[in-house]
Amino acid sequence: MKVLVPVKRVVDYNVKVRVKSDQSGVDIANVKMSMNPFDEIAVEEATRLKEKGAATEVIAVSCGVAQCQETLRTAMAIGADRGILVQTDVELQPLAVAKLLKVLVEKEQPQLVILGKQAIDDDANQTGQMLAALLGWSQATFASKVELGDGVVRVTREVDGGLETLELKLPTIVTTDLRLNEPRYVTLPNIMKAKKKQLDIVTPDELGVDVVPRLKILKVAEPQARSAGVKVPDVAALVDKLKNEAKVV
Amino acid sequence: MSILVIAEHDNVQLKAATHNVVAAASEIGGDIHVLVAGANAAAVAQHAAKIVGVSKVLLAESPALADGLAENVAEQVLALAPGYSHILFAATASGKNVSPRVAARLDVAQISEIQAVLSADTFERAIYAGNAVATVQSTDPVKVITVRTTGFDAAPEGASAAVESVTPAAAVGLSTFIGREVAKSDRPELAGAKVVVSGGRGMGSAENFKILDPLADKLGAALGASRAAVDAGYAPNDWQVGQTGKIVAPQLYVAIGISGAIQHLAGMKDSKVIVAVNKDAEAPIFGVADYGLVADLFTAVPELVTTL
Repeated sequence: MKVLVPVKRVVDYNVKVRVKSDQSGVDIANVKMSMNPFDEIAVEEATRLKEKGAATEVIAVSCGVAQCQETLRTAMAIGADRGILVQTDVELQPLAVAKLLKVLVEKEQPQLVILGKQAIDDDANQTGQMLAALLGWSQATFASKVELGDGVVRVTREVDGGLETLELKLPTIVTTDLRLNEPRYVTLPNIMKAKKKQLDIVTPDELGVDVVPRLKILKVAEPQARSAGVKVPDVAALVDKLKNEAKVV
Repeated sequence: MSILVIAEHDNVQLKAATHNVVAAASEIGGDIHVLVAGANAAAVAQHAAKIVGVSKVLLAESPALADGLAENVAEQVLALAPGYSHILFAATASGKNVSPRVAARLDVAQISEIQAVLSADTFERAIYAGNAVATVQSTDPVKVITVRTTGFDAAPEGASAAVESVTPAAAVGLSTFIGREVAKSDRPELAGAKVVVSGGRGMGSAENFKILDPLADKLGAALGASRAAVDAGYAPNDWQVGQTGKIVAPQLYVAIGISGAIQHLAGMKDSKVIVAVNKDAEAPIFGVADYGLVADLFTAVPELVTTL
């Protein structure tokens, strides 16, 4: 069984991004880029399935600029067998990515696609669900546990107020939540090995997908800043402020 | 224009988030219909009919819709979609699960987690953990949207719209609901609570986390946690407040032993009043707190309980 794992190159989670002065976007020049943390969890999960013998091949896919090759190399250092880059300089929105992935899924015929529940740059939380819909597949989003059975997969999902468990017929889509696993540290020998793994590059045109953005970004601004308030000396002063100044208790 | 709002419910109760979504729909303007897709959910539909601004409630009932399976609920929405200019979901676990399926099938972009309506096609949404706010305009004929509930004050009740039964969509049959583990709690729901008491890594252990219970009891608060506290196993996963957890904006947010990583601030900085208790005077949480108390939480919290 093949497993396909889409991975996104995003601004590293430790970087505090700055809005450009012309409000056209955030400044990502010379900023550290990394694999979206949720996608790292997805690669780890797929790799574990392969190590358990449940998966035969793990294919990592990234859509975006040429530098996404680095993200794919990271995925291959964790354990993906090969990588596919859909290369374009166009700003890709989730619907376009889902359409690109659909074509690759039809070509590669995986039984399982595992991807992050959201990317930490646009915080959209859409691509997995959209891909499932376009393929006419089932989905289990926000997974905290994945158990493969015979032709089915049982997934525990994080929902408001607790957990729920679904059983899905394969092929299916799983999106990862934070506690599905803890991704391994990538070792130097594995980074070296990953450099030799196969990495194919295609373009949206070759896949026959229109990736023109549907949402126009008119402006990107700083959020309203919240100013620091006051430090109170003790609990009594705090309670006094809450009762008599803020009037919230 | 007419707007379809997908109700958030558990077949027994209408969730408060629905009121916030109706409020967003009212700002867009137009005829507002609410879809209640469930099983034995007539009482939920009656409740939804009371929300001011709603002109009609559509009730689709079938065992296939009982557990909110994304495949089945999406089919139900798609069956009703023609004729609507906007389809709105709450940006909750269930709304986020279903909405992109609907958008993809309609071949339109989804606008995720809007926090302000500027016009019928232009909205504001936070990106990069709330470090930037994007103004986005949809060029699609239908706008499929998830609404960040903290961006809109709940629409009041007092109306009485008609409830109309609609034909339920057939089960897709690709997935089966197995079970649910929902923590029983007398506390308010985290996402809609007026007061939230959250603990961080400074709590030190799951056992210590319990010292927040009496404080939450006293304030009628929901309990929350930082990612660090959840990662350490001090608190359940669904208590996580932040960029990838719950976004909350209560009247009062009390952060105990939370340092204030940007990802956590993304989930609570729109709270009306923020209180922080931390022994580290340099903790970033003090940069957003209205009232900061530099103190050992293990003495400050019990003292707070007795003083309040």
